[in-house]
Amino acid sequence: MISRTKAGSDRPECLSKERTSTCYGRRVIKDDQHSALLEVRGVTKSFAGVQALRGVDLDVLPGEVHCVLGQNGAGKSTLIKTLAGVHRPDEGTIGWMGEPVEIATPEAALELGIATMYQELDVVDGLTIAENIFLGHELARGGFTKRSEAARQTKELLRRLGHANLSPHTEVGQLSAANKQIVSMARALSHDIKLMIMDEPSAVLDTEEVKNLFSVVRELTSEGIAVVYITHRLEEIRQIGDRITVLKDGASMASGLPAADTPTSELIRLMTGRAVENVFPPAVPVPEDSPLVLDVEGLALAGVFSDVTFTVRAGEIVGLAGLVGSGRSEIIETVYGARKATAGTVRVAGKRLRRGSVVAAVEAGVGLSPEERKSQGLVLDEPIFVNVTLSSVSRFARAGFLDERAERRVAGEQIEALELRPANPDRPTRTLSGGNQQKILLARWLVHGTRVLLLDEPTRGVDVGARAEIYALIRRLSAAGNAVVIVSSEIEEVLGLADKVLVISDGRVLQTLPASQIDEHGVLDLVMKGTAA
Amino acid sequence: MSEPVTTGDLVGPPSSGDAPSPAGNGASRNTEKSGMQKILSGSVGRNLGLVVALLVLVIVGAVTAGESFTTLSNALVILRQASIIGVVSIGMTLVIIAGGIDLSVGSVLGLASIVATLAAIQDLADQTHWVVMIVIALAVGLGAGLINGVVIAYGNVVAFMATLAMLVAARGLAEILAERRTLIVEDRGFISFMNADFIGVDVLIWIFAIVAAVGWVILNRTTFGRRTVAIGGNREAARLAGINVKRHTMWLYAIAGLCAGIGAVMILGRTTAGSSTHGTLLELDVIAAVVVGGTLLVGGRGTITGTVFGVLIFATLTNVFVQNNLTSSVQAVAKGIIIVVAVLLQQRFARPGGRA
Repeated sequence: MISRTKAGSDRPECLSKERTSTCYGRRVIKDDQHSALLEVRGVTKSFAGVQALRGVDLDVLPGEVHCVLGQNGAGKSTLIKTLAGVHRPDEGTIGWMGEPVEIATPEAALELGIATMYQELDVVDGLTIAENIFLGHELARGGFTKRSEAARQTKELLRRLGHANLSPHTEVGQLSAANKQIVSMARALSHDIKLMIMDEPSAVLDTEEVKNLFSVVRELTSEGIAVVYITHRLEEIRQIGDRITVLKDGASMASGLPAADTPTSELIRLMTGRAVENVFPPAVPVPEDSPLVLDVEGLALAGVFSDVTFTVRAGEIVGLAGLVGSGRSEIIETVYGARKATAGTVRVAGKRLRRGSVVAAVEAGVGLSPEERKSQGLVLDEPIFVNVTLSSVSRFARAGFLDERAERRVAGEQIEALELRPANPDRPTRTLSGGNQQKILLARWLVHGTRVLLLDEPTRGVDVGARAEIYALIRRLSAAGNAVVIVSSEIEEVLGLADKVLVISDGRVLQTLPASQIDEHGVLDLVMKGTAA
Repeated sequence: MSEPVTTGDLVGPPSSGDAPSPAGNGASRNTEKSGMQKILSGSVGRNLGLVVALLVLVIVGAVTAGESFTTLSNALVILRQASIIGVVSIGMTLVIIAGGIDLSVGSVLGLASIVATLAAIQDLADQTHWVVMIVIALAVGLGAGLINGVVIAYGNVVAFMATLAMLVAARGLAEILAERRTLIVEDRGFISFMNADFIGVDVLIWIFAIVAAVGWVILNRTTFGRRTVAIGGNREAARLAGINVKRHTMWLYAIAGLCAGIGAVMILGRTTAGSSTHGTLLELDVIAAVVVGGTLLVGGRGTITGTVFGVLIFATLTNVFVQNNLTSSVQAVAKGIIIVVAVLLQQRFARPGGRA
């Protein structure tokens, strides 16, 4: 175990102008407080022969933010669920405040003082904030709920989390994802908890909301509550974490690394087992005479965005950069016809597309890889080949009768070309990692044959190693003559891939410029100012 | 830029007229299975629980009712009993796999039986062949199904409500047209055709077999079936993949209606009369058979083979009870228990990953 003494004052952000409010809650780990709250030793777990955990060690100290880092499939979710009482470990021990414990059920976990905040928030939309918080342990006398008492305690919990502005009587369905997280955390706090597990809480939040989340996390740790924080994002670990445990292939590669000064290259090496150099492949210049393929003019969707105009040539990659809620996803969904434009035109190779018709767009050779891969892109219970041929299934049929052998063969060719794993076209799509699921969507459009590819968050939930592969693939698709439009909440990704960038804020295109002429700060500056420079 | 881009180093779309070559690398992995695995992964294997349930019922029947149960003619009685529910269940299976539901099938069957018999007892009918009556019944079923489909797909009405409305309205219309009388079918040719047998098996049973076979082919071997499963599995993904989900949904309900129309022809043949009460509560038996057959009510997974077993299980159950002189009330209780047990077992064994 690392015996690292850390005072609030030696953290970089505490020297900055953000000062006390940020640093106030920062836990000071003294040398005499080294009795761990949670001690996980050699935990293994397998499901139907698949080894999800191969031996995980994890120590969590009271009041620290312990980050768990790992690629998809590294076993993070299984570890969380083991601690939350959803799964029971096959081997290994879990110690809680010095005592060995068995966490048999989620209720048992809560009783010990372990609360879990899952990625898919478990709040009930139709109930109020107060009702959600006391769901399952309602304040009641003789079966009648004590509404005013619940409201009072709810207000107190929300105040503790720095969200006194929320009313206990607001229906949760009306809240943003960020505020739903607050409700979820308040519910955890309504129990007497000592450890809070957060599974990628920042995945659904924008920059401002993430800041908010961090101050809430600091609020928790200042009360002595430990936080296990799961994330992909290295920069978050630097900002919020005290120590890091890295998982790879179900085993902990390193435990208790200092979050502030473990080099990034070291973390990536531990996560992937190899060094990752430059992830973005070099840009290929678009030939001057390259034909115009996608021509969007004055496109608008009432109440969401207006007057969006841009063109994409064959072989060109255009990126839409902006914050969550700026309308970037809606713009490409409208180009695709998944939403019906209220004004403007979309032309593909000179031919005008019918408004609000996905069928027409696909026929014209437009393909979309949607934002929510699982809920919008894939039929998860169906095998790989079905998802690969989904858009072109009629091509594999004669008089309506399918030739599954041809489908499997073509899917097999794609699997080989895209290095999709597992390399078996009959595997159910659900079992694949995020990166491989993304490859299925790209394969779908390769099989269909496209001239315009719209990619919404192509690397969301894709681990570091697979990202480089996806980037290279997008480049190859573009070089093969596709007009590519890419949307991503990671500005760095947009700038690294795109030839031309549209900076978008609040449903308006602020500026269109070559990607080489702007950097991440430039984009954020534009967005913050909200006006064209 | 008139041709879609076919990528150079990556794999492009298959050229038209590309004959299926021997399975490539990826495909061959799965074809090397032992005989036992083949049986278990076949349609019988996936419905193993249903096969066992049916066998248990048959054994119970044989033990309790003895020789009157184990005759060939009793087997035909069971199949005849199963045939009408069976035909309607095939259409329902497709609708439910796509994530829908059709509550109107019983009423539509009743309405089709009335309209067809009314047409047959008109004066004109003397000059027309009884095939016209069949065509009318089918057309009524198809038409009612299309109305359901249009309202659900293009009107964005929840399937449960749209077909509930059709359930009420079609029954009412049937009563108005029939003036609450039972309309006797006089056409000897029709009745003798419907009650004939072919190689020792009744025409009704043949119709069930043919409809089930066609349903199986549609679900497992056609683009229509593939899209049905995709829509049920993930409607949004299907839409964004470029499938015309609305049009597809409309045709699914049309098929369910058509199956109800076929059921109407069968009931006309069996009872030799059209009645506005034909098919009352049929939808419940049909949905129960489909669900017991392993089709998930949320869509995305289900089999025709399973539905056939579901239908046979209920028909056999009824027969065993009748043979043992038990009342229909006792049957109803047993049915309820079977439905719950079947769904409980489904939840236990139907883990994600199995293919429909």
